[in-house]
Amino acid sequence: MSFVEINNIGISFGGLHAVEDFYLRQEKGELYGLIGPNGAGKTTVFNLLTGVYKPDKGTFFLDGQNMTGKSTVELNKLGIARTFQNIRLFGNMTVLDNVKIGLHNQYRYSALTGVLRLPKYRSTERAMNEKAMELLDVLELGEERDHLASNLPYGKQRRLEIARAMATNPKYLLLDEPAAGMNPNETAELMQMIRFVRDHFDMTILLIEHDMKLVAGICEKVSVLDFGQLLCQGETSAVLKDPEVIKAYLGE
Amino acid sequence: MFISYLLSGISLGAIYALIALGYTMVYGIAKMLNFAHGDVIMVGGYIAFTISVTLGADGWIALLGSIIFCTLLGITIERVAYKPLRGASKLSVLITAIGVSYLLQNVALLIFGSASRNFQALIVVPSVEIGSVTIPGNTILTIGVSVVIMIVLTLFINKSSAGSAMLAVSEDKGAAQLMGVNVNKTISLTFAIGSGLAAVAGILMCTQYPNIGPYTGQMPGIKAFIAAVFGGIGSIPGAMLGGIAIGVIENLSKAYISTQLSDAITFAILIIMLLVKPTGILGKKLNEKV
Repeated sequence: MSFVEINNIGISFGGLHAVEDFYLRQEKGELYGLIGPNGAGKTTVFNLLTGVYKPDKGTFFLDGQNMTGKSTVELNKLGIARTFQNIRLFGNMTVLDNVKIGLHNQYRYSALTGVLRLPKYRSTERAMNEKAMELLDVLELGEERDHLASNLPYGKQRRLEIARAMATNPKYLLLDEPAAGMNPNETAELMQMIRFVRDHFDMTILLIEHDMKLVAGICEKVSVLDFGQLLCQGETSAVLKDPEVIKAYLGE
Repeated sequence: MFISYLLSGISLGAIYALIALGYTMVYGIAKMLNFAHGDVIMVGGYIAFTISVTLGADGWIALLGSIIFCTLLGITIERVAYKPLRGASKLSVLITAIGVSYLLQNVALLIFGSASRNFQALIVVPSVEIGSVTIPGNTILTIGVSVVIMIVLTLFINKSSAGSAMLAVSEDKGAAQLMGVNVNKTISLTFAIGSGLAAVAGILMCTQYPNIGPYTGQMPGIKAFIAAVFGGIGSIPGAMLGGIAIGVIENLSKAYISTQLSDAITFAILIIMLLVKPTGILGKKLNEKV
């Protein structure tokens, strides 16, 4: 059994089949791309995998565990984390606090401990700060720890989203257009970071991206969606040369 | 004289602040105006009245019982009336809140009748004399209790994981959920805290103005709402500041301008605030992206 197994998952809104029979096999540590024209249903796939939408049909297994139909919070506890196409950070919180929100599912102390500032609070806070700083350093945001998230430049906000998602201690990381709005330099840096996150944490990553340079550069495999249907999938270099894929992207 | 007017204004304001905290926290986190909040004060007062007078229990037990009852009431109201409307339009939720408010008033009317009851002070604190100024015991009690509650609440919000989950939900419910924050639990907790504070406010109020009837919660509820808007709705320090400000303004205008006009002055201040700074004293400016 593969690490990630998505079998014929689908959802329709009214009469529209937003995603139909989506199918995916992904091995542990694999970097997988999900591409397709605008409106093809890529983000809908993410929403199905994170419990924002409940699939009408199909099943989803992660690491042998059935994830189908679970709630967002459960799925997050079971190891699925994501970033957003339109950045959704907690803008009025500091960079460090954003990451710490992601850590809350792993560190527990009672509210009373926090209000009275008991030793357990201090030790837990210290552990959380260390863990958060480790992630921030990996994503080169350590110096901005006390800045408000909304004051960060765009590229750094995107990186902070990845740090926050990684803080929930996922097994499976979903990145929704991580390079959107970045300039070529920022994109190149981001590619290195994604690769580093994969290698360093042995992370399995599925990413949606329009930047073909990024997809060709770091994804081992890709799936192409068009009008909610799977057009083709396989090794990145082969898929990107497929005449069907070129047609879907560029038209005839 | 001015000092004692000011002090009783602060103590009235502290009560408004406790109620306004409930309004502002619920608005910040569930993005709704809970107009039934004022009536929870009345319920808190009646429960304390029932426990202490009818059942003859000790004042502290009445206080505790009332807080527990209102906390559970708040959670229940949210579960039954507001949770099913989580995705509905704001207007539907607002109308439901007004409906819950009437429901609470009429249930109280049914059980306790329309005549207002005389409320015995649950906890008696002796008056203190400083020079020529006498500070009444219940003023000391009210200010003391409110200050302690506000400090604990601020610490809770800023220093506990449940508190920072609240901040995260208030900023982006969807993103918080996807980061593993249990939104339903957080909203329930918010209603629980808000309603518990309303019970405390109800008892403090009935201690100062020893009367309770089915409509007791209405006016303080509205004043506290003004306080929340005045301070910047959604902002916790704003609610505290707004509450004290409204209480002091009300009391000073009663003392120096006119007793009849004091409510009109309070409402006029709300209108001026909305014209000059619609986000309130500590409210955040919303930047619209073009």
